Amino acid sequence: MVDPDYLKFDTLSLHAGQEPDPTTGSRAVPIYQTTSYSFVDTEQAAGLFNLEQPGHIYSRISNPTVAVLEERIAALEGGVGAVCTASGMAAFHLAAATIMSAGNHVVASRNIYGGTHNMLNLTMPRFGITTTFVDPRDPKAWRSAITPETRVLFAETLGNPGIEVLDVPLIAEIAHEHGLPLMVDATFTTPYLMKPIDLGADIVMHSVTKFLGGHGIALGGVIVDGGRFDWAANDKFPTLSQPYDGYHGISFTDEYGHQALSMRARAEGLRDFGAAMSPTNAFHLLQGIETLPLRMKRHVENTDSVITFLEGHDAVTWVSHPSVSTHPDHELAKRLLPKGAGAIFSFGIAGGREAGCRFIENVQLASHLANVGDAKTLVLHPASTTHQQLSAEDLVAAGVGEDLIRLSVGLEDPEDIIADLSRALRASQKG
Amino acid sequence: MNIECRGEAVNFATGGVEVGRDLPLVVLVHGAGMDRTVWSQQTRYLAHHGFAAMALDLPGHGESGGEPLSSIGEMADWVSEVIDGIDQGPARLIGHSMGSLVSLEVAARHPGVVERLVLLGTGAAMPVHPELLGAAERNEVLAPQLITSWGHGTRAHIAGNPAPGLWMRSGCQALLERAADGVIFNDLAACNSYEAGDVAALITCPITVVVGSEDKMTPPRATSQLVAGLSDVDLKHLDGIGHMMMIEAPDRIRDILLGALQ
Ligand SMILES: Cc1ncc(COP(=O)(O)O)c(C=O)c1O
Repeated sequence: MVDPDYLKFDTLSLHAGQEPDPTTGSRAVPIYQTTSYSFVDTEQAAGLFNLEQPGHIYSRISNPTVAVLEERIAALEGGVGAVCTASGMAAFHLAAATIMSAGNHVVASRNIYGGTHNMLNLTMPRFGITTTFVDPRDPKAWRSAITPETRVLFAETLGNPGIEVLDVPLIAEIAHEHGLPLMVDATFTTPYLMKPIDLGADIVMHSVTKFLGGHGIALGGVIVDGGRFDWAANDKFPTLSQPYDGYHGISFTDEYGHQALSMRARAEGLRDFGAAMSPTNAFHLLQGIETLPLRMKRHVENTDSVITFLEGHDAVTWVSHPSVSTHPDHELAKRLLPKGAGAIFSFGIAGGREAGCRFIENVQLASHLANVGDAKTLVLHPASTTHQQLSAEDLVAAGVGEDLIRLSVGLEDPEDIIADLSRALRASQKG
Repeated sequence: MNIECRGEAVNFATGGVEVGRDLPLVVLVHGAGMDRTVWSQQTRYLAHHGFAAMALDLPGHGESGGEPLSSIGEMADWVSEVIDGIDQGPARLIGHSMGSLVSLEVAARHPGVVERLVLLGTGAAMPVHPELLGAAERNEVLAPQLITSWGHGTRAHIAGNPAPGLWMRSGCQALLERAADGVIFNDLAACNSYEAGDVAALITCPITVVVGSEDKMTPPRATSQLVAGLSDVDLKHLDGIGHMMMIEAPDRIRDILLGALQ
């Protein structure tokens, strides 16, 4: 049988989007730290501004270093294009603002990153876009939340804080039955663990800040356009399928078809909202992606070791990760995430809020901070930090009990991570 | 402008501008399993540079109505009827891959509707690899994958889309995946069974042929065989470029088109 001669994942992580610089031979991706680009002549300038020909005008809209990162992430995800943004939050906003307008509605998983929840729950309604939150594991809830004004279904591939595994094929099918796209936040899985577009998702977003970068030194976001969704099949997406005065009446689906979303998100969204990624951040994030497959493999291996240790520890009352057989999505994870269900999870500590505080104060190697997906191991006790204003009952309602510790397992030697956790667990029990 | 042919809607891209009724008509015809959007880096440019540009969706492709036509000859008759219906004089006809065969046939069968041909990724014959044909017949994703794999030069498989942020490989595959079941097979079978015969001898208008040195779908050898039989022909070589040349080298194709059409 013949197979396509496609470059494979690890090769794409290193090469996609870049050739040695044609003028200098530079092998590494150069940082094009420039705001703007000289035009050849007025003819070319007019052509660039009018979308008659491709190229760079101004770094708010596109930049050669950022373009390498965009092409690379699109390649890893199997998307037709990608648009990078200043942060993960900006990526969500760019996608939402490109496909929706006032009066539209979102159906979103209720188990999502707090920042995205705030944006959907509190901020977007000020601009006329409302959201119904549903249990991501309940297909009936997804279906019944869809209204005539719904324009997108949204969830994280791995939810927060219960690491709910999204049944991407199932939720995509529900979306498509209603002529709607499924957008997923794949920050926790990265394209190494799951390729949501192959499973049916239409838009993938990442906080590139996390595992894709891997080093915790640069913020960034991206939306990836799957290219399979037909935006012109109904009249729900006029920003893509109707003439746009911003470029003399162009219709993005007429001209660009499967790449309509990528084109409009850049031509309008980056141009007007302006949440562009800086070239230096793109450079840093590219360095991270070069080793993505190696790092993710190690993140998963270390997570397995840490989970085995925690499951056998007296001060640990429960461990919630899809690799654990009691996790509700254990079987689904085997099917959709054969390489592992990521390096972020939570566990319960005996002794509740006070023990949780003592644990956090006694870790030395692990860092106590509000981030995930760093190369270094990170811990957080939401009840005493991010969620400290909530009562015990409110915490339970938010799925964040007083005893919950969140771990983002890093790339240190697993023995050292375990020794650190072991010491802190011991200290936590000496109340 | 809305047009119909044989009672079905004909969809086309115009570069986002009204078709200029007093401008020379340029008609672009896509290849197997594809649609008008393969010309997205050229249509709008031509439309803003003195032409009435119309990138067609063949029947059953993209947003055009009707069923896919099963032979190159039938497709040529359809294109000729569409051009007649537009009623803007003879067209400058640009075809890629299967569309290049269609364009050749239009010029041979209906010389009155064509005044110039530009053929990209073309050949005297287009035999299709049996495994590709089989995958297409079974509507397997392998068919879009093989066309994409063989359809791009080595460079295009790695990097460097001049259009910022677009990834060529998935772009091509997604476009082909959007074709309705049976469409890719229909088109590949039409290419496979096409014999140019004496077509070349019947063509009287000037022709520009563009060949990519890394084209594995219509290799330079096949292009040379076609060119050998043509009289008024200008051959353009693109080094390091594969079959999907409008996307791999959009600027160079745009310049070649502009030169050939003026
Ligand atoms: C799952 C998820 N999505 C989105 C974001 C937002 O990304 P950023 O912080 O890059 O804006 C985060 C960040 O914490 C996240 O964890």
